[in-house]
Amino acid sequence: MGSVEISDIKREFTREDGLTVQAIDGVSLSIADDEFVSFVGPSGCGKTTLLRIIAGLDQANSGMILLDGNRIAGPSPKVGMVFQEYSLFPWRNILDNVAFGPEMRGLSKVERYDLARRYISLVGLEQFEKSYPYELSGGMRQRVAIARALANDPDLLLMDEPFGALDAQTRNKMQSELLEIWGRSKKTILFVTHSVDEAVFLSDRIVVMSPRPGRIRSVVQVPIPRPRDRTASEFGRLRRDVLGLIEEQSRQAND
Amino acid sequence: MGTNTSPGKRSPFWLVISLTAAVIFWQIIADYVVRNKFILPSFTDTLAALVQLWAGGTIWIDIWTSLMHFAIGLLLALAVGVPIGICIGWFERINRLLDPLIEIIRPIPPLAWIPFAIVWFGLTDFSAGFVIFIGSVFPILINTYEGFRSVPRVFVEAGRMLGCTSSISLIRYIALPAALPHLAAGFRIASGVAWMCLVAAEMFGVSRFGLGQKIWWYYNLHQMDSVLVYMLLLGFIGLFIDYLFRYGIDHSLLRWRVGEVN
Repeated sequence: MGSVEISDIKREFTREDGLTVQAIDGVSLSIADDEFVSFVGPSGCGKTTLLRIIAGLDQANSGMILLDGNRIAGPSPKVGMVFQEYSLFPWRNILDNVAFGPEMRGLSKVERYDLARRYISLVGLEQFEKSYPYELSGGMRQRVAIARALANDPDLLLMDEPFGALDAQTRNKMQSELLEIWGRSKKTILFVTHSVDEAVFLSDRIVVMSPRPGRIRSVVQVPIPRPRDRTASEFGRLRRDVLGLIEEQSRQAND
Repeated sequence: MGTNTSPGKRSPFWLVISLTAAVIFWQIIADYVVRNKFILPSFTDTLAALVQLWAGGTIWIDIWTSLMHFAIGLLLALAVGVPIGICIGWFERINRLLDPLIEIIRPIPPLAWIPFAIVWFGLTDFSAGFVIFIGSVFPILINTYEGFRSVPRVFVEAGRMLGCTSSISLIRYIALPAALPHLAAGFRIASGVAWMCLVAAEMFGVSRFGLGQKIWWYYNLHQMDSVLVYMLLLGFIGLFIDYLFRYGIDHSLLRWRVGEVN
């Protein structure tokens, strides 16, 4: 479960001076069950807006999103989200953060802590369940955020530059861990990133978007088997191709 | 009393030095410069008055009465200020509806309400409590509102994504805990204002006891040393209350913020 059908999404924002800006103009895409798809593109291409519409946090002006054939109209526990900013609730310890979704679903204390502990151990933070978010490093916090999103067992996991604030080494480590989690839990993942390297390392397909108005420029298949070697020539070639597509977009946008 | 309530691990050395020097200075000025017990009672005069009041006066009833006025006012302010603050902080329409009223009523000094307090509630403890309520409800209300306004959007969105969708649940599980530091700050400011309003409210004779009432009473008897005893009592009890609230709030409610985790 977790196939997504994006059809002809349009989204415009009205600025304070009354001008309307076309953030997304006619984006359509089919995403298969259990697929890992990344969205890349220059700033202002609407990739985060698109993700927020799929999450149900933002509404499109026209078009629709189907998850397993059902229309998405608002946030739903079937869709999990990991944010770029640290979104853990600072007043709850790690265990209670991860148990939040199950708590909202009405599970008893024993049930939700059982569930939360399972996902905390999935991201390898068993010793930290009593810690508060401020005691954790950036990478650990995002691992908890992933565990928290997974604890509701969503069919679709949305990730908005989740590793953007992390240092390069932590970031690489988190990418491998994410692939491992994805392999074990089998979810559809839609992943927004600024890093082409990250997109090539993680994805089955890379969606390159163009700015103003946000459209899909091209969809690149990544045929390299996992685990992927960043230094392999095939990896480098793909990265160069995607980078070329993005740079072409930014050049056109700036002209 | 009160001298060892200073928090932290700093040594009491400077505290002792500072207080001792102030007391000696005070005694010298009173005994050799002013030389008038009515204008400035000395430290020993005040101490003697304290001993006398302790033995034969109504100090404990006064403290008890004042704390009761304080509690009535502050609890009422919490009961009214927090819900209204939440409503105007969370629901934009209620904010637009109530904001003009709040902004008009807020600048009226609490003491200006004393005549109406007496007309409405008579010379009762509740009347004093009402004046204190007026003084402390706005800091609580405004801070609750500010706290709700500054809840990071990502917390609300994360909550919604995890199945916390109704306004009631979002307020209870996300906004209220996130705004708690603001609420705590508002409560502390309110308790300071309440303590100030207390004296004025009691001076108008709403009851026969109370720290503020006694200041006025002993002034009329021209016993300025007793006035000074009650002034210092107000200071020390105020300090103690503030310390108690700060300690209580930081160590229980805001543990996640200050780093006190067991």
